Amino acid sequence: MTSPAGGVRSPYGRFSRLLDDLPLKRLKTKQNEADEFFRKQGITFLTYGEDGSDERLIPFDPIPRILSAGEWETLQKGCIQRVAALNMFLRDIYHDHEIVKAGIVPEDMVFGNEAYRPEMREVDLPRGVYAHIAGVDLVRISESEFYVLEDNLRTPSGVSYVLENREIMLRLFPEAFARERVAPVGNYPDLLLRNLRAVAPDVLGDPTVVVLTPGRFNSAYFEHVFLADQMGVELVEGSDLFVKNGHVYMRTTEGPVQVDVIYRRLDDEFLDPLIFRPDSALGVAGLLSVVRSGGVTLANAIGTGVADDKAIYTFVPDIIRFYLGEEPILSNVPTYRLDKADELKYALEHLGELVFKEVHGSGGYGMLVGPAASKAEREAYKARIEANPAAFIAQPTLALSTCPTLVKHGIAPRHVDLRPFVLSGEETTVIPGGLTRVALTEGSLVVNSSQGGGTKDTWVLES
Amino acid sequence: MLSRSAEDLYWMSRYVERAENAARTLDVSYRMSRLPSATGGEELHWRPAIEIGPDTTYFEKTYGEPSEANVIKYMALDLDNPSSILSCLKAARENARAERTAVTSEMWEALNATWLEIAGLNAAKLERWGYRSFFDWIKERSHLFRGVTFGTLPRGDAFHFLRLGTFLERADNTARILDVKYHVLLPEGEEVGGVVDYYQWGALLRSVSAFRAYRAAYRDAIRPWRVAELLILRPDMPRSLRNCFDEMIQTLEALAGAVPRDCHRLAVEIHASLRFAQIDRIVRAGLHEFLDDFVEKNNELGLQVQRDFMMAAPVEA
Repeated sequence: MTSPAGGVRSPYGRFSRLLDDLPLKRLKTKQNEADEFFRKQGITFLTYGEDGSDERLIPFDPIPRILSAGEWETLQKGCIQRVAALNMFLRDIYHDHEIVKAGIVPEDMVFGNEAYRPEMREVDLPRGVYAHIAGVDLVRISESEFYVLEDNLRTPSGVSYVLENREIMLRLFPEAFARERVAPVGNYPDLLLRNLRAVAPDVLGDPTVVVLTPGRFNSAYFEHVFLADQMGVELVEGSDLFVKNGHVYMRTTEGPVQVDVIYRRLDDEFLDPLIFRPDSALGVAGLLSVVRSGGVTLANAIGTGVADDKAIYTFVPDIIRFYLGEEPILSNVPTYRLDKADELKYALEHLGELVFKEVHGSGGYGMLVGPAASKAEREAYKARIEANPAAFIAQPTLALSTCPTLVKHGIAPRHVDLRPFVLSGEETTVIPGGLTRVALTEGSLVVNSSQGGGTKDTWVLES
Repeated sequence: MLSRSAEDLYWMSRYVERAENAARTLDVSYRMSRLPSATGGEELHWRPAIEIGPDTTYFEKTYGEPSEANVIKYMALDLDNPSSILSCLKAARENARAERTAVTSEMWEALNATWLEIAGLNAAKLERWGYRSFFDWIKERSHLFRGVTFGTLPRGDAFHFLRLGTFLERADNTARILDVKYHVLLPEGEEVGGVVDYYQWGALLRSVSAFRAYRAAYRDAIRPWRVAELLILRPDMPRSLRNCFDEMIQTLEALAGAVPRDCHRLAVEIHASLRFAQIDRIVRAGLHEFLDDFVEKNNELGLQVQRDFMMAAPVEA
């Protein structure tokens, strides 16, 4: 929040003065009100159990993260550029392989990737869109520079918190919203629906859109309910759908109804037991054949995971240059690919300074934060790397930006990241702001909700 | 609406109604066993409570001879008994969780709070709670759920499937409770239609909230055949078979749409048989046979509702 010179950075000016006038006790009361609101609405992360004490709240911090219009402008352009290029990359690797032929991305890294789906080759998708919903994780490392940490192109979650966090902030600080012009986020469900309808196969009349959930035992079930509810579409499970004569239908009390677009919150492997995992009852038998013949559109498409892989990540700047002929607006974190002998050597020599990640890992699991790890942990991790170097990458420990956060004894800086949500279909857009995640433990860099991170509302000020 | 949603909602209200009815059944057994003229020991009053259910083998194997303690445990607390109060309210809450987009937040909160209150309840805690006040509380929670549904839910398909479940379950229960108690309440050798123990019949009427209604309707001593008439044929009694079918016919008409449905035809048939029936004829031909037949037809209607609305498409690849 503070500038290098030590003063309060200008976007925070007004809110900072508001905090100065607010006793700490009042702020804590507001936080409790927020928790109460979330619990009553059932806005919880679900871990299922017998006695009902099974629903965890993700900690909510009542101090917003604030971005100026200028800062946002750059981020927005950068995210749109990145997702546009990645969609072109996906289309290419399932069609003509030009980027591979040009020698920019190694062949085995694409076709040998376990997230690559040969079943999707030569399948033409409406408007050429693969990742209809993307979550780009960003961190700020200086006054002027943001890094992209990862591109989530499969089924990124968290957008319900963006909307609910705003909702609760409007209740807690109505006066703050009266004083500043904060760009609204509430139209996300409308935008999402509009984009989903735009990628429907050619149908007569209005296309039918549904949200496909793995079911009530899924940890993000609340978000699935929320999005279906806000868009006014059906929330279906695999068993509600069936395939017949080249179309997907849902079972309703009025008989079968054809489904045109499925916003699926189910991983690739579970979508179709005939093709992927035969033991899964979550999907729809025959779904893939309908996708291939163009009878239904899945959002996101099958096989997008190849583009958000941590090894492909290192090529994204080249991918942007190749397809768009532009310089990337947002930088990657400098990354060492451990399948290269010299980079592996360097990384192992600097084990105590770097952050190590599994190429296919997600959710902050399987990481080694060098400076924070014990000697024994480092040695154990080193053994794992040496066994299979290509499965790991390394990055420098970043001086992540912090944001003032309410902690036990007052307000203190805590590290944050930012996930804007990028929608593609009709056109590529980003809602202003995104999900700010905050590492609540002092000094910690891990913001994942599965590991004790919290969330904040993100404000983009209108100029 | 999705077939699965319709099914979840239909069963949600059936479960709530079933829990309420279990509480009512236990309540009447409890009242009767404590009345001055109670004869025949514990078993006489508690066996009928389990005989209302479709199958007694599980009970006999697990609990043996029915007694106050074990019947209450079986019907209120036993999670292995799918019709126990706890099982039903747990299942209702599960269904509500699955249908968060179809129910209102007030409905969800009513079911959620109910379950959180009784999750983990055991025999010792229930005794401390007090049987009568526990039964009353269960009834209140059921009233609350119905009231909240009525007061907050739009009159669309969700509402109709909830109503259908409520009245189908209620009709089943009223018929069963009447059948079982009617025979218990007739002393050996006394003809159906004679004057029997006032207290015992009073307890039965109270268990279906019909004691005062009986007085208002007949202004007479309690006579078994009139009790039967009240609970089978009177259209103005909220728990009578006739009223349940008035409600179901209305609901099925609202759900009718363009396609004629077998369940509608079936419901109209049963409705007519109640609307034009006379109690003395029913009693002469055999009340037990009448009720038995009714339970079977009502059950068939329930299955047909599921076939018509909830299995809309063939299960095939």
